[in-house]
Amino acid sequence: MSTAPAVTDATFAAQVLASSKPVLVDFWAEWCGPCRAVGPILDQILLENGDKIDIVKLNVDENPQTAALYQITSIPAMKVFQNGEVVKTIIGAKPKPAIEADLAAFIG
Amino acid sequence: MRQVIIIGSGPAGYTAAIYAARANFKPLLIASSVEAGGELMNTTDVENFPGFPEGIMGPDLMIKMQEQAEKFGAEILLDDVTSLDLSGEVKKITIGNGDTFEALAVIFATGSAYRKLGLPNEDRLSGHGVSWCATCDGFFFRQKTVAIVGGGDSAMEEANFLTRFADKVYVVHRKDSLRASKIMQDRAFANPKIEFVWNSAVDALLGDDALTGITIEDTVTGVKRDLPLDGLFIAIGNDPRTHLIHGQLDLTPEGTIAVKGRSSKTNLSGVFAAGDVIDPTYRQAVTAAGSGTVAALDAEHFLSALPVAVLAQAEIQ
Repeated sequence: MSTAPAVTDATFAAQVLASSKPVLVDFWAEWCGPCRAVGPILDQILLENGDKIDIVKLNVDENPQTAALYQITSIPAMKVFQNGEVVKTIIGAKPKPAIEADLAAFIG
Repeated sequence: MRQVIIIGSGPAGYTAAIYAARANFKPLLIASSVEAGGELMNTTDVENFPGFPEGIMGPDLMIKMQEQAEKFGAEILLDDVTSLDLSGEVKKITIGNGDTFEALAVIFATGSAYRKLGLPNEDRLSGHGVSWCATCDGFFFRQKTVAIVGGGDSAMEEANFLTRFADKVYVVHRKDSLRASKIMQDRAFANPKIEFVWNSAVDALLGDDALTGITIEDTVTGVKRDLPLDGLFIAIGNDPRTHLIHGQLDLTPEGTIAVKGRSSKTNLSGVFAAGDVIDPTYRQAVTAAGSGTVAALDAEHFLSALPVAVLAQAEIQ
């Protein structure tokens, strides 16, 4: 299970939108198998690239407002926010090298 | 070097690992990084696996299989095989982080991958209304209208599951009858939220940023019409996952790995295959598990016949 810090509907603006650093938000849920598989991979990417990118997770079950705002209809969905805007979207669980390639602009 | 490496972590791979571990071959099972447990990880109730009269959740069943394999000494690796060299006596397997493993025997049990519709927009709208995983994404379609494409057990299970959330679930199917099992058909027919759209093929996916509907073509009359939708789930079958072994292992006309008779033996000595990757017909958790057993026993027989000195090399790891 993922150890990345959690954000909520209440903390999203402060922790994600106001961040000066790129933030990857992992939209996930307990009942989503692929989400549980990708969690540890994101933890590892955070461990190796924490100086360049923040990685947080948002439980869509408990935080429906943010999930609806960003029109999440499929999880895992990973969105990178920079200066409050979505600059990259990754849909679906992928192996670590594939996610790293998707994030090359941020962690390369 | 290993005596046996198993690639794949569905019922075939884990059952092969249980047998190989109990035979004391200390198998390494390469399970994949994000698809460990295979297709059953994305299902809900499994009601046709013997021994579970109350049913068992797909992910729970796969975790139990993994635990059973580990209990007898199988080692599970959560990484992806990126390339294989199966030609020599020593098989070489490279994984995502660049490490290479060697083994005297390989059991290939990579299962199958979801088949796509093959339509323009399909990749672009994936995750934006188009989904392959009802258990993951059904939640987002509360009080919405969705469709599922397909006519098999998976399509019926997902259609029934989606009615927990959606107000309306269309089942779009090319023919006028289903290949799903009778019990799954009856459940779908009895569900008031499910409406069947017979003799219909998906001709186009509509929508720019998100799916807004589909165009369906009547497979009898050729007449096309649009069906407005919030979500589309695709369950039109699977294709055997063979890309890693193209050019190395012989395939059947159906695209599965060719095996000799009722065995798991491929065209290469020391290479065995099991589960959906060799099965164009039955593709059940139970048949895959049985197939994994066959592969483990074939591998055991193969290893036992090797010269002692060769086998001893594999014990030094």
